[in-house]
Amino acid sequence: MSKQAKVIEIDEVAIRFSGDSGDGMQLTGTLFSDTSALFGNDVSTFPDYPAEIRAPQGTVGGVSGFQVHFGHTQVNTPGDYCDVLVAMNPAALKANFRWIKPDGIIIFDRDAFDEKNIKKAGYDKDPLKEEPTDGIQLIGAPISSMTRETLKDIGLDQKSILRSKNMFALGIVSWLYDRPLEHAIDFFQRKFAKKPVLIDANTQVLQAGYNYAGNIQALTVSFKVRPADIEPGIYRNINGNTAAAWGIIAAAEKAGLPVFLGSYPITPATGILEEMAARKDLGVVSFQAEDEIAGICTAIGGSFAGSLAATSTSGPGLALKSEAIGLAVITELPLVIVNVQRGGPSTGLPTKTEQSDLMQALYGRNGESPVVVIASSTPSNCFDYAFEASRIALERMTPVILLTDGFLANGTEPWKIPDMDDFPDINPPIAKEGSKDWLPYNRDEHTLAREWAKAGIPGLEHRVGGLEKMAGSGNVSYVPENHEYMVGIREEKVNRVEDMIPEQEIIGDPDADLLIIGWGGTYGHLVTAVSEIQREGYKVALAHFNYIKPLPKNTGEILGQFKKHLVCELNLGQFAHYLRMNYPKYNYLQYNKVQGLPFIVQELKDFILKNLEEK
Amino acid sequence: MEIKELVPADFKSDQMVRWCAGCGDHAILNSIQKALPRLGIKHEDFAFISGIGCSSRFPYYMNTYGFHGIHGRAAAIASGVKTANPELSVWVITGDGDSLAIGGNHFIHLIRRNVDLNLILFNNQIYGLTKGQYSPTSEHGTVTKTSPLGTVERPFKPGALAIGARGTFFARTIDVMTKLSTEIYVKAAQHKGTSIVEVLQNCVIFSDKVWADISDRKYRDDRVIVLENDQPMIYGKDRDKGLMLKDGGLLPVQIEKNGVTEDDLLVHDSHNPFAGLHVALANMEYPDFPVALGVIRDCQETASYETAVANQIKEAQSQAKSKSIKEIMLSGSTWEVK
Repeated sequence: MSKQAKVIEIDEVAIRFSGDSGDGMQLTGTLFSDTSALFGNDVSTFPDYPAEIRAPQGTVGGVSGFQVHFGHTQVNTPGDYCDVLVAMNPAALKANFRWIKPDGIIIFDRDAFDEKNIKKAGYDKDPLKEEPTDGIQLIGAPISSMTRETLKDIGLDQKSILRSKNMFALGIVSWLYDRPLEHAIDFFQRKFAKKPVLIDANTQVLQAGYNYAGNIQALTVSFKVRPADIEPGIYRNINGNTAAAWGIIAAAEKAGLPVFLGSYPITPATGILEEMAARKDLGVVSFQAEDEIAGICTAIGGSFAGSLAATSTSGPGLALKSEAIGLAVITELPLVIVNVQRGGPSTGLPTKTEQSDLMQALYGRNGESPVVVIASSTPSNCFDYAFEASRIALERMTPVILLTDGFLANGTEPWKIPDMDDFPDINPPIAKEGSKDWLPYNRDEHTLAREWAKAGIPGLEHRVGGLEKMAGSGNVSYVPENHEYMVGIREEKVNRVEDMIPEQEIIGDPDADLLIIGWGGTYGHLVTAVSEIQREGYKVALAHFNYIKPLPKNTGEILGQFKKHLVCELNLGQFAHYLRMNYPKYNYLQYNKVQGLPFIVQELKDFILKNLEEK
Repeated sequence: MEIKELVPADFKSDQMVRWCAGCGDHAILNSIQKALPRLGIKHEDFAFISGIGCSSRFPYYMNTYGFHGIHGRAAAIASGVKTANPELSVWVITGDGDSLAIGGNHFIHLIRRNVDLNLILFNNQIYGLTKGQYSPTSEHGTVTKTSPLGTVERPFKPGALAIGARGTFFARTIDVMTKLSTEIYVKAAQHKGTSIVEVLQNCVIFSDKVWADISDRKYRDDRVIVLENDQPMIYGKDRDKGLMLKDGGLLPVQIEKNGVTEDDLLVHDSHNPFAGLHVALANMEYPDFPVALGVIRDCQETASYETAVANQIKEAQSQAKSKSIKEIMLSGSTWEVK
C-alpha cells in the first residue's frame, strides 16, 4: 500500500491536457473544468486545437490541447504556463513543452513513447532527455496498457478500449487535485445512455486512473484548491459562442420579436449557428445558407420581414459579407453581425485567435458605410454585448458588428446566470398600421432612426434598396445634394449611438502616469497584468474598450488624464491607429502580438514595467 | 376578414417606369399586375425582391413591399423574407446575368430547398444595364463588346438547370404573350414550392430580336408549343403538328401524315415526378423542335422549405422543456453559490 499522501493547499493551478486530435483532449479538459467549476473554483479555459480534424496520428501538427486554469482567487485568464502538462504522446510533449512551468509536472503515457512515435514527433531517441526537464517532475504512467488491462473483459475491441485512455489521464489529474469523479460519471451516463457498455468502460478507466495516482509512490503529494470567494447566485460554465447566441435570443425576447439567423459554418464561429439551430424550442429560425453572402442576405430578408436578424461569421466570411453589410447600411435595417476573429489574412490560422479584423469591421466596405462596432471581452460577456448589439441595431435601425475572437468563442468560464429584469427594455421604432403620411425614410429627430415597417403591415407598402434614397420618401434619387445629405445622416445616426452606451471606465490608479489601453478579448490578460503590477507597488491604469464605433463620449477626457498611453492588442496596431485618427494629440505606444495566441501575462508585465521605469 | 377586391391598378406605384421604349419588361410588368388580383392574397402580403440589372428595377414600379437588392442575391434575400414570414407572397425578379452568373449559387440552392416563392427570370441573353456584354445564356458565338470574335462559352439552359437542381416548377413564356404569361404567373403563385418562370424577353437595344425566330407573330404558332396539362402535345397555326416519343427522344411530327394520328402524340403531364421528359421538353430548340411554353413541370413532390422549418419549430416548441432563454440558461449543469 502506498503511504498517505500529503495535501498541500494552493491558490491556483493551470493544467494542460494534450494529445492527438483523436485522443479526446477537448472532452477531458471540459470535464475537468466543469468539475472544478461545480466544486466552486473560478475557472478559465483555453482550447488550442489544429485546423485539421485528424492530422496524421502522432505528429506535432495533429496535437490538440486544452488548458484549464482554476483557482481559489479570481481567475481572469487560462494561465500563461501550466503547472501540469498531460502528454498522451511524444508529439504532444513536443508541441507543448514550451508551456510547462520550470517546476511543473509532466504526466505522460509511457506506452505511447515508443520508437515510432518518438521519431514521428521529431525527437531523436529520448524526448525527456532532449527537452530541458531539470526541475520538472516526470510521471510516466502506463496509460494505454493499464486502460487495456482494466477493460480486458468488457467485450470491446482494442480500438474502442483505447478510446477511453483519456479518462485514465483525467483520473490521475482528478486525484492529484482532489476533484470528485461524479460529474464525469454523470456525463458518461447521459452521453452513452444508449450504449451502457461505454458508461462502464469510461467509468472503470477513470477510476483506474484515480486509483493508480493514489497508489504510486511518485505522487507523494496532492493539492487542494479551495473554492473561490464568489458572489452568490446560480452559475454555469459558458463559452463565448453560446453566450453570443443566447444574448441575441434574450434581446429578441425583450423586444418581443422572432429571431432569424442566416449563417454559413466557419471556424471558430460555427458554435453560434449550432446553438441557434438547437434553439428551435424557443422558436429561433436558423437558416444554414449556401455561402457567407447568402447567410447575410437571408438575414437582411428576415429583417425586412420583421425579425431580429443576425448572421455569424469569422474574418474571411466578413469579407464576403461586406457588400451586403453596405446594403443593410443604405436600407437602414437592423442587423447583428457577429464576427469571431481568427488569424488572417485569407484562411490564415482558422483555429487561432487574433484581433486583426478591427479595420475590416470599421471600414471594409465600398462607399461611406458606417456601422456600429462593439467588442466583447470575456467568454460570458459575449452574452451582454450580443444583447447590446441587438438593442442598438433594433432601436437605431442600423447594422451592428459584434467582434469576438477565437479565444472568447471557445474559452469557457463560470457565469452567474443573470436576471433578465436587470437588462433594459428594447423598443424598436416599429411603424404602426394606419400611420398617416407615413414615409419610409422619415426619421426620429433625436436618434435619426427611420421607422421599421415590416413587410405585411397594411397601408405601409414601400420599397427599399441599394440605390441612394431620397430623404423622406425613399424613392431612388441621384440628386447630388441629397446623396451628400444621406451620407452625412447615416454617419451621424451611428455617432449618436454614443447617447445610449455607457461611459468608458478606468481600472486601476486614476492618478497613474501610464494608461494601458486594450479592447475586446484581451481583457483577462490585461487586467491580470495591471493588477499584478499594482500589487508590486506601481501605479498604472487600464482602459479596456467594448464600444469602438462610436467610442464612449468621455474617451478624450480619459486619455487626457494620463501622460503615457500604451495600446496592447493582438494585431499590428489597428486600435492604436484608430485612436490616433480620433484623438491625434497623444503619442500612442504599442505592444502588439500576432502569433495566433492570446497574450501572456508575464510578457505584458515585462513590457509595461519597462515603460513605467522609463521616465 | 373580407379581402378587398383588387385590380391591376392597385399594384402600380407612383414611380415613372424608366425602361427603354419597346423593352419587353413593360409587358411583363403588366402581365404580373394582371395576375396578382386573381390570387386572393391581401395587397400588403406581396413582396417583390430583385437583384441588379434592368429587370431588377421592377419592385420600384410595384405598389407592394419591395426590395431592390444587390447583384445576384435576390434569391437569398427572398428566402430570408419567406422563411421569416411564410404568410407573404414573395416574388423574385431577376435576369440571366443576375441569377445564372453572379447569383448562380443562390439560384440552384433556392430551387434545391424548394422555398415557396416565384422567381421570374427575364432572359434576354445579354447584359443590358452594363450596355451589352454576353451573358451565361448567350448562344455560342454571340458577338458582343466583350466577345468581339464571338463567345467560346456554352450557354446555360435555364430549364434544364432548374429541373436539374431538383426544381418542382418550371414554366416558360415570351414577354409579348401577355395572356399566356398572366396564366403562368397565376399557376406559379399557386404552386407550393419554388416556381421558376423563364420569360424570353427582348432587349430592344443590345439583343434586339434575339428571340424573333420564335416570338414573331408571323410564324410563332408554328415554332412554339404551348403545353397544357392532360392535353396532347399539338401545335402549329393549323394545329397540324405534334410531338411523339421515339427511340427514347422527342420527335416533331405532322398529324395525319405517315399514319400518325392524335392518339400517337404525347399527352402533357406536368405533375409527373419523373423529370426526364420535362427536361427534354425544356431543352427543345428551334429549328429542330418547337420551343416549349407553358407550365412544363409542376410537381408537388416535397414540402416547401419554410413550411418544413415552421413545422420543425412548432414540434420542437410543443415538446420543449424550456420556454424562455432564462429557462435555457438554468438548464443543464448549473450550481449554486451561497
